[in-house]
Amino acid sequence: MDNKMVVSSSPHIRSLESVQSVMIDVLIALFPAALMAVLLFGYKALITMIISVVTAMLVEALWLRKRDIFSDGSAAVTGLLFAMVLPPAPPWWLVVVGVASAIIIGKQVFGGIGYNIFNPALVGRAVVVMSWGGYLVGRVWSQPQPFALTADISAITTATPLGGQEEALAVSLTNLFIGNVAGCLGETSTLALLLGAAWLYYKGHIDLRIPGGFIGVVFIMGAIFGGGFYGGALTTGLFHVLAGGVMLGALFMATDMVTTPVTAKGKLIFGIGCGIITMMIRLWGTLPEGVTFAILLMNAVTPIIDNFTVPQQFGGVKKSA
Amino acid sequence: MKATSPYMQDLTRGIIKENPVFIALLGMCPTLGVTAFIVNGVGMGLAATAVLIASNLVISLLRNFIPPQVRIPCFIVIIATFVTIIEMVLQAFQPVLYEALGVFVPLIVVNCIILGRAEAFASKRPVIRSLLDGIGMGIGFTLALFILAAVREILGHGTILGPDPDSAIHLFGANFEPMALFAQPAGAFIALGLLLAIVNLLFKRFNIN
Repeated sequence: MDNKMVVSSSPHIRSLESVQSVMIDVLIALFPAALMAVLLFGYKALITMIISVVTAMLVEALWLRKRDIFSDGSAAVTGLLFAMVLPPAPPWWLVVVGVASAIIIGKQVFGGIGYNIFNPALVGRAVVVMSWGGYLVGRVWSQPQPFALTADISAITTATPLGGQEEALAVSLTNLFIGNVAGCLGETSTLALLLGAAWLYYKGHIDLRIPGGFIGVVFIMGAIFGGGFYGGALTTGLFHVLAGGVMLGALFMATDMVTTPVTAKGKLIFGIGCGIITMMIRLWGTLPEGVTFAILLMNAVTPIIDNFTVPQQFGGVKKSA
Repeated sequence: MKATSPYMQDLTRGIIKENPVFIALLGMCPTLGVTAFIVNGVGMGLAATAVLIASNLVISLLRNFIPPQVRIPCFIVIIATFVTIIEMVLQAFQPVLYEALGVFVPLIVVNCIILGRAEAFASKRPVIRSLLDGIGMGIGFTLALFILAAVREILGHGTILGPDPDSAIHLFGANFEPMALFAQPAGAFIALGLLLAIVNLLFKRFNIN
């Protein structure tokens, strides 16, 4: 009886991968950056991240009227990513309102996970930048104090390397790579972000075309149009790659599965577009950093990119116009 | 639905069931442009209402004399006349409001609600009904602007009765840091979108339509 043949329609082979498993992988991938944030910015960074993640999960559970607050884990990912694009020690209400906007305006009003047009964490950041810019623009960034976990980091403030040429020249490329510079709590350490992204790449969750196009264009435009202020064209290009949010944006936000193109060619276009807009804002715009708005703008044109890059079917004949 | 007189229907239709902003999505330009403060929003609503009532009345009176081929230019001339009057009245008696509304006052001429009611209603209906329609639609427009402006002013500035510092009441105390997004144009779109969602939800719940 047990050996009866099962007759069913396809699919016959199922992946063990689920939304939850992917989200847990992303959380693992964000762990090095989170750890680095705590090492650099102390306990206040940890508090910011905890407030953000817990609020995100609570808001999502309340909105969906679910008891399981972790659920598929996407709210926790949004919460952690949102904390990573905040200053290390913002007021608690800014974190709460921002992450609630991310979940509600960024995700749930469009129909929840899988239906959102814009990256939720970046919607949250756009909301707080436009509402309380005083905490995120100018000489308000905490200077990192490595390994001083209990230090009050809000005492010493400075501008980010992108905020002024003087600040930029004061940091070495090594410090930029390790993350020992002022900035958003999760964006500073390129090293930690690369470690996390390597895990995501190993698990097959990200495609290198988007970060490749994004980072490549930032490097090239930084080298050509950056004016070589950082001791030469190539080092200026490298500076633009390592400073600010390019690494976090390119590796973790522009690779979001929901809000980016699905076609291979489309992914490359998406990455290149993000890079161009970022560098246009940085070099010729009024804001010091443009990663947030670059990715949000490219999110908006994702359906068009997908439409124009539908691959030809194998063996198919090109449609005559 | 119980049978109500057509007059009553004409008056109430515009307020909720066929609200020009929330249902018909007409007149979006002033709706988004001047609703950063309640005073401005309501001022805009009342100015447009006055023009709407007057133009509905006159167009209805003249409906048998306007040749159908040139009706739109005729409507525009009539509407523009009343807009000019309103503009001068505002300038004379409410200079602060006039400054705040800026270009949106002359733009009432091309307001879709007014032109729409002229074309769809007043040019085909008797005078009394057109008048009631104008009043109802005007109330609906003003109400919508009031709601949107209230959301935006309370969240975006933390006040009511602003922007004049003498009359402004800070709802949450002076240390409140308002969500400036809602005071900006981007916030107008977000607030309108969320309000539309809420209106649709309420309509579904109470089975209107």
